[in-house]
Amino acid sequence: MNLLWVVLLPLIGTLVPLFTERFGRNICTLSVALLPAWSLILVLMYAVDIFDGQAIRQTIEWIPAIGLDLSFRLDGLSLLFLLLILGIGLLVILYARYYLSAKDSMGHFYAYLILFMSAMVGIVISNNLIQLWMFWELTSISSFLLISFWSHKSEARKGARMALTVTGAGGLALLAGLLLIGNMVDSYDLDTVLASGDLIRSHAAYPVALVLVLLGAFTKSAQFPFHFWLPHAMSAPTPVSAYLHSATMVKAGIFLMARFYPALAGTDLWFMIVSLTGLITLLIGAYVALFKHDLKGLLAYSTISHLGLITLLLGLNSDLAAVAAVFHIINHAIFKASLFMAAGIIDHESGSRDMRKLNGLMKYMPYTATLAIVAALSMAGVPLLNGFLSKEMFFAETLNQSTLGSLSWMIPLLATVGAAFSVAYSLRFIHDVFFNGEPIDLPKTPKEPPRYMKVPVEILVGLCLLVGIFPAYVVGDLLHVASSAVLTHDVPVHSLAIWHGFNIPLFMSFLAMVGGATIYYNRRHLFQFQSQFDEPDAKHIFEGVVQSIVNASERIISALENGSLQRYIFLLLLFTLVMAGLPLLDLVQNTGSRPQIPLDGVTVTGAVLLVLSAIATVIWYRRRFLALIFLSVVGLMVSLIFAKFSAPDLALTQLSVEIVTIILLLLALFFLPQSTQKESTNRRLSGDLLISGLLGCVIGTICFAMLTTPLDTISDFFLANSKTGGGGTNVVNVILVDFRGFDTLGEITVLGIAALGIFKLIAKMRIYMPVRDDDGRAWSNDPHPMMLEMVSQSLLPLAILVSVYIFLRGHNVPGGGFIAGLITAVAIIQQYIAHGVQWIKPRIKIDYQWLIAGGILIATTTGLGSWIFDKPFLSTWFDHFNLPWIGEFELASAMLFDLGVYLTVVGSVMLILANLGKLTTSERFEMKEND
Amino acid sequence: MEAIYAFCVGVLTTCGFFLVLRGRTFTVVIGLTLLSYAVNLFLFASGRLKLNGAAVLGKSAEYSDPLPQALVLTAIVIGFAMTAFVVILAMRSRADQGDDHVDGQMPDQPRRLSVSDKRNG
Repeated sequence: MNLLWVVLLPLIGTLVPLFTERFGRNICTLSVALLPAWSLILVLMYAVDIFDGQAIRQTIEWIPAIGLDLSFRLDGLSLLFLLLILGIGLLVILYARYYLSAKDSMGHFYAYLILFMSAMVGIVISNNLIQLWMFWELTSISSFLLISFWSHKSEARKGARMALTVTGAGGLALLAGLLLIGNMVDSYDLDTVLASGDLIRSHAAYPVALVLVLLGAFTKSAQFPFHFWLPHAMSAPTPVSAYLHSATMVKAGIFLMARFYPALAGTDLWFMIVSLTGLITLLIGAYVALFKHDLKGLLAYSTISHLGLITLLLGLNSDLAAVAAVFHIINHAIFKASLFMAAGIIDHESGSRDMRKLNGLMKYMPYTATLAIVAALSMAGVPLLNGFLSKEMFFAETLNQSTLGSLSWMIPLLATVGAAFSVAYSLRFIHDVFFNGEPIDLPKTPKEPPRYMKVPVEILVGLCLLVGIFPAYVVGDLLHVASSAVLTHDVPVHSLAIWHGFNIPLFMSFLAMVGGATIYYNRRHLFQFQSQFDEPDAKHIFEGVVQSIVNASERIISALENGSLQRYIFLLLLFTLVMAGLPLLDLVQNTGSRPQIPLDGVTVTGAVLLVLSAIATVIWYRRRFLALIFLSVVGLMVSLIFAKFSAPDLALTQLSVEIVTIILLLLALFFLPQSTQKESTNRRLSGDLLISGLLGCVIGTICFAMLTTPLDTISDFFLANSKTGGGGTNVVNVILVDFRGFDTLGEITVLGIAALGIFKLIAKMRIYMPVRDDDGRAWSNDPHPMMLEMVSQSLLPLAILVSVYIFLRGHNVPGGGFIAGLITAVAIIQQYIAHGVQWIKPRIKIDYQWLIAGGILIATTTGLGSWIFDKPFLSTWFDHFNLPWIGEFELASAMLFDLGVYLTVVGSVMLILANLGKLTTSERFEMKEND
Repeated sequence: MEAIYAFCVGVLTTCGFFLVLRGRTFTVVIGLTLLSYAVNLFLFASGRLKLNGAAVLGKSAEYSDPLPQALVLTAIVIGFAMTAFVVILAMRSRADQGDDHVDGQMPDQPRRLSVSDKRNG
């Protein structure tokens, strides 16, 4: 048994309703309640230790490298919240069973609800900042799902979006704050953080961290000016409102402030921000609540007001105030959850939540009415109920502070005003709904709800009374351990008695009662006064802000991304130029110490040819065929460069690739316009020329600097081990098929995929076949000259022989699978050119797709084969054999691998070119994807 | 020799980039081909230049660096696959869109789909 299960059980429980939904409502409800109840029992078993003053910790290593552990801790404050979350959660599960209609998906509802419950449990028992934050975000997400549960309603969607945006943004601020704190104390461990309060408070970044963390807490707890999302979240089903928006989620922000109280509180900044925000929220919430005609709207603003009260208490920087805050957390959760549930019952049984229509319900549902009236009186702070006790403590604390200097007297005054409004709206809730004449135009005749729907309300109202009458017995111990966890030192002496004698707090309570009654009695004047002002609709403002952000982003996007590829490339090149060019300004000496090779005439001639043909390609780029011819000259010169500088394998590869590339481009050119119209303005041309020229200079300079810098290479290893380890003397080939065989396997796979992709593109191509060239001349109707046919046919065996030879010798002298594959492909293509597709089709029956697949398969199985001999993937084996007449020869598994390469190359090149070639013939109409 | 080699790489880069910046698919493909020559030569140069030193054991006294050669060899083949893919894409674009502009439409035509269109539509 361990702490992990406390959060894990509900988390697993998330899946339960999805499976048990089909067995009917009762079984579903029961099965859903099972795991949270189990978790609650676990918590209660720990409670004994907690009341002894211990805190229980447990850490499971998760990602130790970055200091991320699954770390849990259970202390008094966690215990209090766990009891609220799991206890009220179970009541809500029962309540929702009767609240949800047959149309609602019970499984989904419970799944979201339990997911939310797990997230809350995770927050309160996390002992690691990042982990805490993760659960924090999970509450935002799951509450989004819950608020938008009736997703067919526009308000539900908008309310959910608003809640997610506000709390999500707050969550990001919180993450930043937590990271800052973690950085200050060099640990994300909550124990360490809480013990390093002095270090954090004296740190230069303390104000920033504080504001960020408070942003997280205030958005979650609906503190002014972020309070607007909470009333809109009331479009959620009422069980959700009762659970999330009274007892738990909004309390997460309060929990956060209480949790970090030892680390962050105690400074003037804390006092200024927290207490003033709390005070303003308290007043605004209480005032607005009075004017809400919607039952849940009234309760929502009342919740805002009470959250403000708790925040104010936490901000007062006094130990007793913190105790009062913890006490009010308990009391508010109890009476507000019961009030929401009562409101839900009224809505459920009468079909309306509008207080202008709801009147005189006492007659129709006396039992529910009595429960609701008791809870509302507790909210008003009437003696013998729990709300009275914490409100008294609150009044006492507002008197005991002097933090506003000579203006400190204003706080108790304003607190009394807030309390008076609180009394007024509670009175309205009682009087307007249950008395005040007869109901008006209700969709249904109100009646008492099903028996068990009342049970949760009864339990909670019972608690209101119990706590109110026997506070010390019922919650004394819990309050003590929770407060000591907040303060992390001894809890100051406080008395939980009902009667403290005639004192100023009692007088303030009395004033609030009388004031509240007076306000309610004169409500008509107030309503009239209030009706002069346009009520600002947070939804419209919020949607407007979101819309304007979207519009601004759209403007930026359309300014940056106008759909012109030329412009993107230009910007990209400009950026490259800046990034690559600027560092070169610091490079004073670009000639390294490596001795340079002297020039010779042949090389210079070759270079001049290369440069001229490259420039010619550019000059005549609009005459495409001509440009292609010059391009082929460039390619030829490049392969000569490779040959010149000791890279025969490269020269061979370049030469054969050059041939297939040019054939490919010629084929493509047949279908594309033969020439390009002049489109770019001269200004654009010179701009493009300038940037390409500058980039050419930069690249050339880097190349020169690199060439003249002495080389410290890792290739000595390959040179030393090529013969002994790989069994071949052609080091380049041994690298390809042995040392870096895995790379090559990847590369032939890419080649194969590209070829298959091209095949797909060609197969569905509906391109018009030109019959004339650009000058209006018809294409030749004798595409297969006899000379070419004869010569190429006799050349084929020779070419195949050459490619086999090149393949076989590749391991020891220039050659190998790549080159041999290309040569074979060129030989076959020549047959296509000479004879045409019609002639080839019955003669060469090779399926090129299978060739590719077979090639990759052979290469992979060769690699896998080494596993049989307990060697790593792609280890090679070779040995020398002696046969009579032939003499000594060598066999290597690398040969088999190279065969795979060979087949893939042949298959890919042929798949591309043969299919493209088919497009030029009447065969094209018969082409199908499975051809 | 090194200077002239670097000069060639620079010229190929310039020509390649200039053509890539043009507005028609075929020209861009030619530009990409020139660029891949430049890139291959540049990569090859990281093994430095050496005359008469093919990396075949026992054939010469000093060997050129085989590693960049092996890398460039596969780069050449992959470069072919890329060129082929782009050029077929260009053909497909012409077949489906009716012209061979890189944006799939002429710049003076109104854009077919903007961000707001996608959202509303």
